[in-house]
Amino acid sequence: MRSFIHDPKTTFTQRFLYMKNTISQRVADFLRKYPPFNELKNKDLELLSEQITIIYREKGSPIFLENENPHPDFYVVHKGAVALKKSPKNDIVDLCDEGDIFGLRPLVAHENYKMEATAHEESILYAVPISIFRPYAQQNLAVGTFLVESFASNTRNPYSKSHRGKLYGESTETIPNTTELKLFDLQPINYSKKPVTCSPRTSAKSIAETMTKKKVGAILVVKEHLPIGIITDKDLRNKIVTGDFPITATASKIMTAPVITYPGKLTVTQAQMAMMKNKISYLCLTEDGTTHTKIIGVLSKHDVLVALGNNPAVLIKAIHRARKTKQLKPIRNSVMKLLQGYLDQNIPIALTSKIIAELNDACVKQIIKLNLKKMGVTPPANFAWLALGSQGRSEQLLHTDQDNAIVFADVPDSKLPGTSAYFLQLAALINKDLHLIGYEYCPAEMMASNPKWCLSISEWKNVISQWIASPGGDEVLASSVFFDFNHVYGDSSLTSSLSDHIFSSIKKHPIFYVHLASGALQNPSPTGFFRQFLLEEDGAQKDRFDLKRRALRPLTEAARVLILSHEVKSVNNTSERFEKLMELEPQNEEIYLSCSYAFKALSKFRAKQGLLHNDSGRFITLDKLTKEEKVKLKRTFKTIKELQELVSVRFNVSNLLG
Amino acid sequence: MIRLFKRKKIDLPDFWKEYEKSFEEKIPNDVNDVRFVVFDTETTGFDYFQDRILCIGALILVNWRIDVKKCFEIYIHQESYRKETAKIHGILKHDKADRLTELKALELWLAYIGNAVLVAHHAHFDVTMINRALARNSLPPMKNKVLDTGILYKKTLLRSNLIQKKERYSLDDLATKFDISKKDRHTALGDSYITSIAFIKILYKLKEKRNWTMQDLSARRKWWK
Repeated sequence: MRSFIHDPKTTFTQRFLYMKNTISQRVADFLRKYPPFNELKNKDLELLSEQITIIYREKGSPIFLENENPHPDFYVVHKGAVALKKSPKNDIVDLCDEGDIFGLRPLVAHENYKMEATAHEESILYAVPISIFRPYAQQNLAVGTFLVESFASNTRNPYSKSHRGKLYGESTETIPNTTELKLFDLQPINYSKKPVTCSPRTSAKSIAETMTKKKVGAILVVKEHLPIGIITDKDLRNKIVTGDFPITATASKIMTAPVITYPGKLTVTQAQMAMMKNKISYLCLTEDGTTHTKIIGVLSKHDVLVALGNNPAVLIKAIHRARKTKQLKPIRNSVMKLLQGYLDQNIPIALTSKIIAELNDACVKQIIKLNLKKMGVTPPANFAWLALGSQGRSEQLLHTDQDNAIVFADVPDSKLPGTSAYFLQLAALINKDLHLIGYEYCPAEMMASNPKWCLSISEWKNVISQWIASPGGDEVLASSVFFDFNHVYGDSSLTSSLSDHIFSSIKKHPIFYVHLASGALQNPSPTGFFRQFLLEEDGAQKDRFDLKRRALRPLTEAARVLILSHEVKSVNNTSERFEKLMELEPQNEEIYLSCSYAFKALSKFRAKQGLLHNDSGRFITLDKLTKEEKVKLKRTFKTIKELQELVSVRFNVSNLLG
Repeated sequence: MIRLFKRKKIDLPDFWKEYEKSFEEKIPNDVNDVRFVVFDTETTGFDYFQDRILCIGALILVNWRIDVKKCFEIYIHQESYRKETAKIHGILKHDKADRLTELKALELWLAYIGNAVLVAHHAHFDVTMINRALARNSLPPMKNKVLDTGILYKKTLLRSNLIQKKERYSLDDLATKFDISKKDRHTALGDSYITSIAFIKILYKLKEKRNWTMQDLSARRKWWK
């Protein structure tokens, strides 16, 4: 760096900043929201903010390593997430997200880091210089206490019960080598803070109505803010429906009393124990855990199951209950945990992908519903939301790119611009929310918020006719993504009219099959002449094996052209397509069976690799594979080669390529 | 011509000579080591001849780090002023912020940037505005390498006839795409920050395609034109 920056006579700030520093103010605005910075005086916080360094870290890159010398700064996560890992197994001990602090060890002790911190997502961090921060920690009692309490008790952020991140990730003596999943049990549990209540004089009928409206299974009976009883679905069944009490009976007659109460600070395990011990499904939480203090919330069995996150039915329910996209993000993380569990237990991949696809589908549907509500106005025409590509084929195990489209019913020409504008705006909201819960934007812009992928049914039909009538490279690519569409939400008659149109158009232009088939053969066979793996030759993925391009895609594309040529509608999943082909062409049963098997094996392989490296699993470093894994991979390649030959012969592709 | 240029050089002030001298140091080829100055100007308008710079904001980006205390934000006193644009940048003619003369501002600016690689969104405009100001004060144009996030961003998009690339992507487009808060839009330093985050993300996107060196980024010296 050049000398003028360190000019001792004038400080840098005096020389180059003549007014407030916009960036440091923004840093201060952010820090103010989180402990311990919320305890600092405004002026101190502003001075501190000027001393901060903003750091960008791409996904997977380390911030510090285990046993590394202490840095002069500690870190605050501004955006993204940072994983704290501990050897020997590199288990994730804690995930820090927005506002969480990590790397505090050098502030407390002159020791090397005891954990490794890596960016779990791409992250922006604030580095706070310890030399400047230390005096605040020493002078300001609240700041000091916060740090000491956190460090000593190894608790999570003592300021908020629902907080996930732990302050001092480094001290793990009490939690040796537990996995993230097990650690979860010791976490404080989230409960509904606005419980549904009624007075002792409310009638059974209106209680049932309230419970239905609020979608809850229990209601608290309250007198002067104190809980005096609880009525659950079971009470209504046992007391009203049996005819023991009339429908006009008051709450005080049918409630279960007294209520079993607990204090608000419960961990997942404690809550489970409490329910098991008392054989109940609802816990009433009060300020001090007795019936003499105010109610602070209700905890249901459902909340416990969500926290454990190991049950698809519970997750689906949680998805339906989400009122904000933000609430879906942790659920999606649980879905990933579920996937990991299924893969570990060797549950058949066909079943696994079905369940995961179902959950993904529910998430997308919920996001569409929420955003329709956000739009305020009802849609000006019927529409359907289509998932394309791998999502359309229900093969998406990991979070990958989002490919989607909107088709809406025809409207008079005069209304078309307004209608398009509405759906584009809706699509933009949905695409953004999908991005928020982990679907990357499609780099090719094949998304409904792109005006080219948000069309009326007649517009779509025109576009598709053009693709099929005059197929060039781009048209084949577009149709290969589009033709695997899957109806996700809205008017399904639009979707099926679209698929009818595709089949009738292809019938008129059978040459399209040849183009589609040649597209399927463009991806070279995965092994070279000497049966060695073909590796990527340049770019960031140099010397790695591209599983998607070289192995999965040839299978997907061949399956598509074959199934289309049989005019089979609504079978989108690649392995299911091969199974259907086995029925249709018994003479080729053997090869299709091995294709179906190969595809499933490769998907599973990809999902495992992806979870291992927290990426899309697309690129594989061969050196890291075991001998057995390599042999398995190669076996599938033989199948791919045979399939490509079959496609080439059947559609006479050589005529076209020659 | 050559002689004219040489004679002029002798008349140039010391701060210019020091600036020029900084270019003796070569720019490292590894992108991680390059000192980038990401900047933005607020001006009275878009006319290269009539309009003037009101504010320059900038920050230094080295090895993906931004040091908050080394940000640059100065306001310039200008006689020429247009009411229409005030609603965009919010700078009033007699704002009480400390104002510098244009010459003093340029002196500080050159000392700040040295031989850094400049980065701006639609850089051509900002660079031209500063070069015009330099010319008004009898100084030659800046010698720095310049990168334009508007152009770099287009390189990250896939090449396909199916996607209609926009002619120009605004800073707002980029902020939306990369999920950057637009809170400080239209302040020079705020825009510089948005530009710098967008720049980092663009570089990583390009790196996915292949490992970029400084030479790739500035393949032609003035390709931003």
